[in-house]
Amino acid sequence: MKSWLMHHLHVMQFTLRRLRTTPVSSMLNILVIGIALSLPTGGYVLLQNIQSLSDKLAGTPQISVFLSMNVSQDDISRISKQLQQHSAISRVEFVPREQALLQLQRSTGLSDVIGGLAQNPLPHAFIVYPKSNDAQKLEVLRDELRTWPKFDHVQLDSAWARKLEALLKFGRLAVLMLAVLLSFALVAITFNTIRLQILTQREEIEVSKLIGASNSFIRRPFLYFGLVQGLLGGSAAWLIITVSLSLLNTSLADLTQLYASNFSLQQLSVGDSFTLLLFSAYLGWLGALLSVAQHLWQTDTR
Amino acid sequence: MISFNQVSKRYPGGYAALKNLNFEIAAGEMIFLTGHSGAGKSTLLKLVAAIERPNGGTILVNGQNIGKIKTGAVPYLRRNLGLIFQDHKLLFDRSLFDNVMLPLQIVGFDHRESAKRVRAALDKVGLLKREKAYPISLSGGEQQRLCIARAIVNRPTILLADEPTGNLDADSANDIMEIFKSFHQVGATLLISTHDDSLLRQYKGRCLALKHGELQA
Repeated sequence: MKSWLMHHLHVMQFTLRRLRTTPVSSMLNILVIGIALSLPTGGYVLLQNIQSLSDKLAGTPQISVFLSMNVSQDDISRISKQLQQHSAISRVEFVPREQALLQLQRSTGLSDVIGGLAQNPLPHAFIVYPKSNDAQKLEVLRDELRTWPKFDHVQLDSAWARKLEALLKFGRLAVLMLAVLLSFALVAITFNTIRLQILTQREEIEVSKLIGASNSFIRRPFLYFGLVQGLLGGSAAWLIITVSLSLLNTSLADLTQLYASNFSLQQLSVGDSFTLLLFSAYLGWLGALLSVAQHLWQTDTR
Repeated sequence: MISFNQVSKRYPGGYAALKNLNFEIAAGEMIFLTGHSGAGKSTLLKLVAAIERPNGGTILVNGQNIGKIKTGAVPYLRRNLGLIFQDHKLLFDRSLFDNVMLPLQIVGFDHRESAKRVRAALDKVGLLKREKAYPISLSGGEQQRLCIARAIVNRPTILLADEPTGNLDADSANDIMEIFKSFHQVGATLLISTHDDSLLRQYKGRCLALKHGELQA
């Protein structure tokens, strides 16, 4: 057991030494892997950010009902009762026009503009929380409310969120396809690197086999190399993503300040970072495995 | 130790290298395998080490049937054999010490114990003082001795040598043969192929003479 561990340690040292002896080509390989992985990962991070933003904004679906400007207080209480009794509606919130104006002033930072208005242009409104989240039922409810008297405008607020969701779905598929393609590229890069190494070490492999080396003994240093190279490539991708997001966030800060908001891009989560590293290490290992297997198969069946 | 029973070997293309071989080698024997070049000496040694597989007959080495041995078991068979090649098959990118170390690394031997064994093997062939040198700096005879050191370092019971003195002058050849003799004396089984008749006169040992792939009486 101890000598087995020693052997693995020895192979590991050997692998690191080999990476160091060819610094330029090692760096280039790691960089290529890093860039290849950072494209889908970057896409994933951006989608995550858009997703969390839209979740924050959309929340649960709601229907905004804007009443006509000429409704009376009686009309409002009657409508409120009718809405609360409706079977498809779980909760109703009344927003008086004065409150709506205040909210608008606070949230948009347009107080100067609004302050200059002669009279409140906003109508009374109800915010209707439907029982169901189902898109079709929501639309049916919206269309029904549109027919009610004194209702000036009925708006389903989550419509844009659903469009965005569909768009995100499309984006996720595109990122997934990119990830699959570039994973193949990563395997191919490792395959080729290892193939070149095998060619320069053909003699050693041949002699080792003649004096009793098992295939796993021959495979081991190459597998380690693929694994380490993949891991370093994954780390490079992580670094690329992290640095790019930080840079984007700094310039985004300037931009959002102008809009009085504090939105910033989220970095890769710890879990996602680990997944990235594990995945890239695995792909490197796989490329090496395929490469050595191909060589051993060729020599065994010679 | 080694037995051949009606063994034949044809190479792809139909060339029959060995035809109907029958012989047995007991433990501790020193056997010379003689014959003209192309008689099948190398093929016979390759069959023993499972580098080639026979087309017919049975070969038993250490009780294992070479014709039926699984690919995965071949390395373990070879670890009990010491192979000495005419072209040495040394690795020129590492020192003498590391060349001899390789078989022990493959077996996963304890590191400190291996270093002792490597030095003992180098001492045996008279190369201990040059353990840090690289094979490129060695003469032909020294390279052959290094190859022998590598073959004996994990103390195999059977040594196979393919024309070990093939390219050497008489003095170097004698050195090599003396080393083999000392292994013989401590009980190793040796199978040495050679086309050099002078060696046969000098060293006593059973002789297997091959001619066109067949054993001469």
